[in-house]
Amino acid sequence: MTDTQPYLSVEHLSKQFSSGAFSRAPDVKVLRDISFQMMHGQVVGLVGESGSGKTTIGRSILRLIEPTAGRVTMGGVDVTALSARELRKQRRKMQYIFQDPYSSLSPRMSIGQILTEGLEIQRIGTAAERRARARDALAAVDLPVDAYDRYAHEFSGGQRQRIGIARALVFDPDFIVADEPVSALDVSIQAQVINLIRDLQQRLNLTMLFISHDLAVVEYICDVVIVLYLGRIMEMAPAAELYASPAHPYTRALLSAAPSTNLERKVERQKLTGDIPSPSNPPSGCVFRTRCPFAIDACAAEVPALREIAPGHTRACIREDIL
Amino acid sequence: METPILEITDLRPVFRSGGKEVAAVRGLDLTVGPGETVALVGESGCGKSVTSLSVMGLLPRGIGRIDRGRILLKRRSGEVVDLTAIEPEALRRIRGNEIGMIFQEPMTSLNPVYSVGEQIAEPMRIHLGYSRREAAAHAVRLLEDVGIPDPDRRARQYPHELSGGMRQRVTIAMALACNPQLLIADEPTTALDVTIQAQILDLLAAIQKERGMGILFVTHDLGVVAEIADRVAVMYAGRIVETGPVTEIFAHPRHPYTAGLLRSVPQLGRGGELREAGTPLPTIPGSVPALSDLPKGCSFANRCDFVTDACREAVPPLIDVAPGRRSRCIRWEEL
Repeated sequence: MTDTQPYLSVEHLSKQFSSGAFSRAPDVKVLRDISFQMMHGQVVGLVGESGSGKTTIGRSILRLIEPTAGRVTMGGVDVTALSARELRKQRRKMQYIFQDPYSSLSPRMSIGQILTEGLEIQRIGTAAERRARARDALAAVDLPVDAYDRYAHEFSGGQRQRIGIARALVFDPDFIVADEPVSALDVSIQAQVINLIRDLQQRLNLTMLFISHDLAVVEYICDVVIVLYLGRIMEMAPAAELYASPAHPYTRALLSAAPSTNLERKVERQKLTGDIPSPSNPPSGCVFRTRCPFAIDACAAEVPALREIAPGHTRACIREDIL
Repeated sequence: METPILEITDLRPVFRSGGKEVAAVRGLDLTVGPGETVALVGESGCGKSVTSLSVMGLLPRGIGRIDRGRILLKRRSGEVVDLTAIEPEALRRIRGNEIGMIFQEPMTSLNPVYSVGEQIAEPMRIHLGYSRREAAAHAVRLLEDVGIPDPDRRARQYPHELSGGMRQRVTIAMALACNPQLLIADEPTTALDVTIQAQILDLLAAIQKERGMGILFVTHDLGVVAEIADRVAVMYAGRIVETGPVTEIFAHPRHPYTAGLLRSVPQLGRGGELREAGTPLPTIPGSVPALSDLPKGCSFANRCDFVTDACREAVPPLIDVAPGRRSRCIRWEEL
């Protein structure tokens, strides 16, 4: 595989949740026609508010949930077409870091058991080798070796998140989905864990999908940022460009709504009125139009296509005159 | 200065834990004036929520109690009462009436089996003696005041029919129902999306401007503090470590913990530079000590770049460092 080939390719990914056979409620389309690519070693950020579909994308790629339509290829392998057995093997290469370091670690297992369980299921190495791998992973996340025999409740939130990261690392994966990995942590601990993730990503040359609602964290860690709203991509651009010249009204609103501790950098808020519509009953045409200060009648008529406005910078908005 | 609405002196709430009593807050002084927003900010376990629960008289019964201190509230009548010393029944007449409350999770602070209109009306019937009809009409007006479109119809709906942002507006309407002179808001926007958070913060600021009540705003988010508060008290391990006007503290923190916290928050618009340069984000090393096992002197000493032997000897007092500004650091001048 050459460097010009994407490592991960997501094509027309859609996910629909059924409201149940006996429900008259419409099915909920949480993801609609999501396509993007990632180069090897690249960090791509998925940002958006509740119901935007960021977690669903992450989970669909690893097939922790089954997408309704679309294709995901990773390192030349069509992940969406794998049988259960093949998928299990592929899982060694792709791992997930969860948001909540409290509910994602079993209170009944020692850290050693938590770290080696997956290896055992995958029949990787001998018991001694698995232990060695777990110890290496603990060292990689700066936890003491004696953590191996202790239990999750003995650790602080930040340490637990390090354990969650170690659990992903024991497989020596190529690809990681980090789903809001620092959102549950206190500020002073958050920065420590972000630095660790960034350091590991660079050292191990990991390809990483970084899911977050915190735009400042994403800016620090990601090469490319994808902005989602109600299951659709609004804008996608190299990080530096997205933050310097956001081209979609939603991206602008999101950036200006983020509270800042920098009192000198107070920007004029671009305020959004109203609520995020329900994903079970999204607006026609552009899903953002009900809150968009620039919406015109034509926005209701058709779903705006993602158009390239600069190399690698695309946006889904028909108002070419405004930005 | 006008008489404060709320004046807390030497507050020390304690919690029973494993047969011992542990102080969650170790002697806290704080005032909130009319029309003023004071933020209590800090990380998990610093004592900010315990402080607000103490004011509301909502410490978990049998587990937590106020061991020491006074909480003076200036009542609507002008009379000043100590909330720690009055009968539970008297406190019930004040709470929800002269003190309004908003919590983090609007879904859990609303009752799923009553319409939102009934819930907003309830405090007016109990505290102000409104008739059912009067209270219902007033509830609709309050829904309108907090920016809910079509308030007549919304008043008849149930909490599950509303979005998270709407629900938080409903709890604000409920808190405002009896026109309190003090509003206690405990992480009111933490569960909300950022565009909705911006709306709620604007709403609170507008309501305060109109009604002139004092707000005690508890949050972990320094960005939110910058948006909403006039003054801030930064808490660490059960004590205020720095307090003063927001603009001054954010510009020139006089306590190493405040400075460290401010540096640790990733700044929008600066991440790109740091990433290009390969610079790690500034951090505060280590973690918060357990309240049951605090070091002898300054609680922050083990994580502090400025620590000296004297810091470990005794807990530093809150020192006046400028008019209206205090810091609990013996080396504040060198910061």
